Amino acid sequence: MKYLAEFRDPERVRHSVAELARVTTQQWTVMEICGGQTHAIVRYGLDQLLPQGIELVHGPGCPVCVTPIEEIDQAIAVALLPGVTLCSFGDMLRVPGTDTDLLQARAQGADVRVVYSPLDAVELALAEPERDVVFFAVGFETTTPASAAAALRAKQLGIANFSLLSSHVRVPPAMSAILSSDECRVDGFLAAGHVCSVMGSAEYEPLCDRYQVPIVITGFEPLDILQGLLACVKQLEARAATGAAVHVENQYTRAVRESGNVHAQALVNEVFERAPRNWRGLGSIEQSGFELREGYAQLDARRRLQLEMPSLDPQGKAAASPCIAGRVLRGLEKPADCPCFARECTPETPLGAPMVSSEGACAAYFQHRGRSSQEAAR
Amino acid sequence: MCLAIPGCIVELAADPLGQGKVRFGEVLRPVCLACVPEAQVGDYVIVHAGFAISVLDGAEAERTLALLDAARDAGAAGGEA
Repeated sequence: MKYLAEFRDPERVRHSVAELARVTTQQWTVMEICGGQTHAIVRYGLDQLLPQGIELVHGPGCPVCVTPIEEIDQAIAVALLPGVTLCSFGDMLRVPGTDTDLLQARAQGADVRVVYSPLDAVELALAEPERDVVFFAVGFETTTPASAAAALRAKQLGIANFSLLSSHVRVPPAMSAILSSDECRVDGFLAAGHVCSVMGSAEYEPLCDRYQVPIVITGFEPLDILQGLLACVKQLEARAATGAAVHVENQYTRAVRESGNVHAQALVNEVFERAPRNWRGLGSIEQSGFELREGYAQLDARRRLQLEMPSLDPQGKAAASPCIAGRVLRGLEKPADCPCFARECTPETPLGAPMVSSEGACAAYFQHRGRSSQEAAR
Repeated sequence: MCLAIPGCIVELAADPLGQGKVRFGEVLRPVCLACVPEAQVGDYVIVHAGFAISVLDGAEAERTLALLDAARDAGAAGGEA
């Protein structure tokens, strides 16, 4: 595979770690935003190679993990409607709702199917015109263009039995929510490379300016992450030493252009508009979601099926659980700090979404460190 | 869902919202190439949920690797001194 082995080269990794140790003079906490990066960090043990002064914390960069329990409940209710086929990505099926999950709904007779792409759901609607096909659309700015393309495709083909249950979210407002919290301990960010390959870097500049945190757009291979971290720490050290201003920096130049992907942005803007959105662990955040525009109302499952937008219930089941998923998603604690980790909560019996999703931080620790990380935390 | 593995385009789509074919190692997958109209057969793309979001820039990849090597060489020289 092209440009994979080169970015995993052990010798280059050793030198990058040494360089990081050389430039680090004080304690810094850096948050990687994307679950894909979290998995690379834990899989390759990068966090264990870092100099003592640098701590990586894991952000809310897994769309499955941040979808609130109320929206899972809504998707389950839709799946149980007669004549409806609910499609989504595989990880969504096992995320716990208040009482059940989509997989159990399927066992009760609901028609719930896994698709690889939103466009597959359109094909399904075309193939089965007697079913009302609803695509439970989750994901960040990376996945939203695909959902927009599915909406356009359905409109173009005149498909009347397809709609979207949109739970799409935007990353920069979530970063702003983390930075504005009193509990925030993040000094700098590794921004999600693929989100930025769609949206470009402009949205991140106001965050840098307002909070004076460096933001480095970073890829997903070990060397990408170490290089992104080095750039971030160099900015932090320069700020500490000379008061130098921080800025948005692009480590992932092979995939991210400053302007992003203008074709994908046009698709998203045609179909979606920004709206407030609830996040698991973070609460309601203004302008952090994507809703279908008025012109696509016939493709909006909530309007079509007359569903209420779910409201966030902070006193609900999730709040009563000992699971600390919300604190993990805000970078305040690590998965192994949770009393449930690798005991009551495992990928087979997950309590929180970060253990369900293949991109979740808890699943990453369980998969790559297993019970040893739980024992280390004792 | 954030697959970071670049895939190689082996067939372009017949229509703008249609699906071309992309090879990931031994696996061939249908991929919507609507947002990478400049892409040609043989180009490597980043694919997300069946949708290409970026064409990999080989020159930039080489430049990044060269920067890493330059930093390594500078570190080695500094160590010897």
